[in-house]
Amino acid sequence: MSKRFVSIWFRHLLTDWLVRKQPGLQNKPFVFTAPVHNRMIITSVSPAAEAQGIRTAMPLADAKAIVSSLEVFDDQAEKGSQLLKALGEWCIRYTPVVGIDMPDGLLLDVSGCTHLWEGERPYLKEIVTKLRAIGYDVRGAMADTIGTAWAISRYGKVTPIINAGEQSAALMSLPSAALRLEEDALARLQKLGLHQIGSFMNMPRAVLRRRFGQQLLLRLGQALGQETEVIEPIYPVSPYEERLPCLEPIRTATGIEIAVKALLEQLCLRLQKEGKGLRTAILKGYRVDNRMVQAEIGTNRPSHNTDHLFNLFELKIPSIEPALGIELFTLEALKVEDVSPSQEVLWIGNPGLKTPAVAELLDRVAGKVGEENIRRYLPAEHYWPERSIRPATAIEEKPTTTWRTDKPRPVQLLFKPEPIEVTAPIPDYPPMLFRYKGKLHEIRKADGPERIEREWWLDGGEHRDYYNVEDAEGQRYWLFRSGHYSGDNSQWFIHGFFA
Amino acid sequence: MPAEKADIISQLQKDILRLQGFRSKSADSTPDIDLGPINTAFPNATFPTGAVHEFLCAVKEHSAATTGFVSALTGNLMRHGGACIWISVARTLFPPSLKTFGIEPDKVIFIDLQRIKDALWVLEEALKCEGIAAVIAEIPEISFTQSRRLQLVVEQSKVTGFILRTSARNANTTACVTRWKITPLPSQLEEGMPGVGFPRWHVELLKVRNGRPGVWNMEWADGKCVVISDNKASASTQERRLKAG
Repeated sequence: MSKRFVSIWFRHLLTDWLVRKQPGLQNKPFVFTAPVHNRMIITSVSPAAEAQGIRTAMPLADAKAIVSSLEVFDDQAEKGSQLLKALGEWCIRYTPVVGIDMPDGLLLDVSGCTHLWEGERPYLKEIVTKLRAIGYDVRGAMADTIGTAWAISRYGKVTPIINAGEQSAALMSLPSAALRLEEDALARLQKLGLHQIGSFMNMPRAVLRRRFGQQLLLRLGQALGQETEVIEPIYPVSPYEERLPCLEPIRTATGIEIAVKALLEQLCLRLQKEGKGLRTAILKGYRVDNRMVQAEIGTNRPSHNTDHLFNLFELKIPSIEPALGIELFTLEALKVEDVSPSQEVLWIGNPGLKTPAVAELLDRVAGKVGEENIRRYLPAEHYWPERSIRPATAIEEKPTTTWRTDKPRPVQLLFKPEPIEVTAPIPDYPPMLFRYKGKLHEIRKADGPERIEREWWLDGGEHRDYYNVEDAEGQRYWLFRSGHYSGDNSQWFIHGFFA
Repeated sequence: MPAEKADIISQLQKDILRLQGFRSKSADSTPDIDLGPINTAFPNATFPTGAVHEFLCAVKEHSAATTGFVSALTGNLMRHGGACIWISVARTLFPPSLKTFGIEPDKVIFIDLQRIKDALWVLEEALKCEGIAAVIAEIPEISFTQSRRLQLVVEQSKVTGFILRTSARNANTTACVTRWKITPLPSQLEEGMPGVGFPRWHVELLKVRNGRPGVWNMEWADGKCVVISDNKASASTQERRLKAG
């Protein structure tokens, strides 16, 4: 699904706020100022003052010369961001993902939200009228990308809603300032007469980069949807959380168990309703002495099985230290995935890796000894023995290629080949004798050589000539000579044991 | 009356076997593991699945041979699609080789641990889990008490367990159903043929509860474990030669 974004521009954020607080200031010229280099510089201007030619970044003395009745207020640092945060929280009624766009805007990710207000136009209208009713002079725009929505909200003249995929047409006629560029790049564009985005939008990228820097390309790409841009939400979405305040501080393991059970029941009920299962969960206990204790669990398959999850937490309970007592428990599912109940029915009676019982066993083991100790291997397309397997990343992962059985491979493979002393009669013949760990083995039967070359694009070095040999006692080994035969200087190694 | 007595005794023997967790032959008509002549050594003439077996392997070469034999047994158990868990304290097993013994190496879950205590805990938990075909553990030592715990677990869950004792200096008594020792034997080839033949093992069944211990020579050829009587090349080798020739 394509994304849709709304950008809201508060044209007079601070002054509107002051008018809301002091209605007497309505329609009066007033400004906010802040000291810069020992001068009072105007930071925001009321609409009435703006109409008389006062602009931001003007020295206060100049403004006073234009309008003598100008009222002056001290600019409070951080006030803008506080206001935007409060307004952003208010906007969460329209979408869960709201971000602050400093210094005077909000960004809303409205993908999949507009149909609740019967379409995009009523949705945007609702937001804008509500904000205007509160007393803020706002402009809003909706588009596929943050960049375009931002540009249209500030500079758009035709329509506030840009249909999907029509960003470039909408941006054509806008001034270059609509691209959120830095001052010097903007000045250079002005100097070269590139006043509209359309006049340089289709220029070769290399030319634009050389003259105006990477930032212009980035901003252009973001506006057109070629580069991704994300909103940093004021509240990260983490809805799967349950709380359990306790009347009396909990100090015993039994008490913690009861608390975990109660929390899991609430959480699993909700997960079950939504057809989800948790992959990782964290239990936090807030202690009387203002410290926090926590325990984290993870599962191999999404699960909303209370008993299983409780078993996982049970392993962790001894590590929770209640000290004087825990007065609040919270349980949060950090990672949640869909589970399909129909598949679970299929798995019953079909034993294998996907059996819930096996996944639950692995969860328990991972909880006790750590997940890094559990491994599963898949074939990799390499002849080099050490690289012929690769660890699987997930329990569902299937091999992409078949396991090879055409060449003999030992059941035991040494982690690192160990050097041996050999007596080899002639080049490319298996050795007659070899000494490994002080014991002399007389070779009776041998197969080989199987030459395995190093993959030069991965590492350099000598190839290996592998021999499959059997000694007088019937013990079978996998030996190799590193590189070509070179008389007594040949390097021989033992690499494995055959069954 | 002697006939009546014999009836009573055989009935009691059956009851004891049932109580000890052995399945009778009639209950499960197609045994998972068919070892040919070795079957007679086991109670009910069936390889006891749902039990813990113990293998002694003192040196690396023996442990390679044992791994081969155990993989062959496990391959049979995994025919119905079950998963297998391989617990190890110092693993050198090379997964691709399992394919030759009839195991899909990607269906084996390896759990590598540093401490024997952890390995035993994982082993017990794995044996409790009913969805698993076999659990294999390579651990240096196991005491009687520890093995008794495992035996009690598998009597409930019917999972087959194999314990490879890699440094069994003192072969203490355990509660395992069988104790094996597998050593490699020289492979046999047709006269004048070069190379190394099929793996051969000297299989010693040192102990078996309610059965008769014995010694056999076996060969792994064409995806089957075959007991060989003499030291000639086995029938399957000859067949192969005929096919090739």
